[in-house]
Amino acid sequence: MDLIHNLVLGFGVALNWTNLAYCLLGAVLGTLIGVLPGLGPVATIAMLLPSIYSLDATPALIMLAGIYYGAQYGGSTTAILINVPGESSSVVTAIDGYQMARQGRAGAALSVAALGSFFAGCVGTVIIAAFAPPLTELAFKFGSAEYFSLMVLGLIGAVVLASGSLIKAIAMIVLGLLLGQINTDVISGTPRFSFDIPELSDGIGFVAIAMGVFGFGEIIANLGQGSANREVFTSEVKHLWPTKDDFRLAYPAVLRGTLLGSILGVLPGGGALLASFAAYTVEKKMAKDSSKFGKGAIQGVAGPESANNAGAQTSFIPMLTLGIPPNAVMALMVGAMTIKGIQPGPQVMTSNPELFWGLIASMWVGNLMLVVLNLPLIGIWIKLLSVPYRFLVPAIMTFCCIGLYTLNNNDFDVYMGAIFAAIGFVFYKLKCEPAPLLLGFILGPMMEEHLRRALLLSRGDWTVFVSRPISAGLLLAAAAMIVVVTLPSISKKREETFQED
Amino acid sequence: MKIKSQRDFWAGMMFLVVGMAFAWGATAYSFGASASPGPGYFPFGLGILLALLGAIELFKALTFESEGGDPIGHVAWRPTLVIIAAVAGFGYALPHLGLFIALPLLVVMVSLAGDEHHWGEAAISAVVLTAASWFIFVFGLKLVIPLKPAILGFGG
Repeated sequence: MDLIHNLVLGFGVALNWTNLAYCLLGAVLGTLIGVLPGLGPVATIAMLLPSIYSLDATPALIMLAGIYYGAQYGGSTTAILINVPGESSSVVTAIDGYQMARQGRAGAALSVAALGSFFAGCVGTVIIAAFAPPLTELAFKFGSAEYFSLMVLGLIGAVVLASGSLIKAIAMIVLGLLLGQINTDVISGTPRFSFDIPELSDGIGFVAIAMGVFGFGEIIANLGQGSANREVFTSEVKHLWPTKDDFRLAYPAVLRGTLLGSILGVLPGGGALLASFAAYTVEKKMAKDSSKFGKGAIQGVAGPESANNAGAQTSFIPMLTLGIPPNAVMALMVGAMTIKGIQPGPQVMTSNPELFWGLIASMWVGNLMLVVLNLPLIGIWIKLLSVPYRFLVPAIMTFCCIGLYTLNNNDFDVYMGAIFAAIGFVFYKLKCEPAPLLLGFILGPMMEEHLRRALLLSRGDWTVFVSRPISAGLLLAAAAMIVVVTLPSISKKREETFQED
Repeated sequence: MKIKSQRDFWAGMMFLVVGMAFAWGATAYSFGASASPGPGYFPFGLGILLALLGAIELFKALTFESEGGDPIGHVAWRPTLVIIAAVAGFGYALPHLGLFIALPLLVVMVSLAGDEHHWGEAAISAVVLTAASWFIFVFGLKLVIPLKPAILGFGG
């Protein structure tokens, strides 16, 4: 069978010593930043982008992927123990997890979170392996018009499901697309918006934007908030194994969470965050006694934690098969691939099968490592929580600044990083979410190329986008999404959901 | 006319101005025709689109009431300016003064950005991080980073 053959190939790659080492490094880093509040996977991956220049593509992507799903494990630890979600996708875990910790059941909550995540991770890996090849085949049938429409759908979907104000989010996409226009036009060779600065005619560095807006931006925002008092339940983490009763209640929640997370992960704008919120709502609705929620219901931990890991995993599907990132982390992964000279898209599976299947297999390996890292070694991570943020900031800044300089061995990228830190701060103050900007920036050049090629082939006929059935369907879906979320009843619900963030 | 949401107003203004600037800038490049779009085609369209979205946001900010006027709020100037200045300063100092001066400068500046600051800790951080960076990046990864001031003649 093909699936088996592919997985064997993948495990062959993932189990080689170098890749195992980078997988472990990614998982450890992911757990670390997951545990540390105020440092998310987007910022971390942005900061690590310069370091992958010296790596091969496969270990580099394996490590970056490990950071993303590793953060889902680590994030739950802080959510449960100190009521501070280490990750935004663990926000709902804190609700019931922290209550369980206060009742002395922190161990049970932590193991249910880790085991649920592991189960979800395994299922997610199989889903990617099973669904990627047919999707890739479908993508090969796409022409330029279809690709353009698909990107429109991807971008719209990303903001419809995952951010606050719709108009602002769409404007941020367009701004990202425009920033992507600062380059040398591929077709005519004209440098655009470069103001005669030679560095700008190669385009703004993706790393400088990501690091400036997400890395530095997050540090500034955290420093501005000041330190808060925390109550840590460290002494009470003794009985790790959940009781029989816990298992009976938790396992259906894990199954539902995994299913829901897997589906939501594939959608544009989906991924870990959306999955965990949706799973919590579902668990609350499904429970016979919903009054227990908010007071330490184990389903409230099991469902969202499984869902966020499943979502983190399956959000690789659109990135790997279509080259279209459904969220900011995947945009960074696409950027990382481009840095390593791999053109993201359906051809990756055939042109780089070791990378493709190796990455998928490494996710399963990484999940296994994470269970070991998180359950027996939980004590070490808890100790880390006592490291003050003021020691962390200089270390992070050092790493970032040297990274920016070594990108091209000149100071230009460092200045760009500083400029984007300032811009990122403005976005933060004006409540404009930067993630859509990054998606637009990544997709901009590809989108322009496909638009111009489609128009060239149709001799300037714009109706090509609606006369070809697949393209029309994709655009229709994008339009439908906008209409649906602007309906008064839904837009009200949507606002309420984002209020909880 | 009264601004009913400060944040939305300034966000809308930003999009409007940036969009128009890009659209105006795009007119410098060949527009082409729909059948063979030139380098100015896509950015011009996008610029107009962004300006339109900005205008809608402005309209919203001036017509719909929001809670308490949605003010931009307190700006934490100190960390913001210190971090940005530290990064930009590092960009200037590294090629001119070398890692052994630029990095301690960065670390000390950053250490003073937060509310709590201790000179002793900042100094320790500076020493540890500079040594670690040299070990990892220069000794380990063999990256070419200037180490000493270029004026002394043996920079790099």
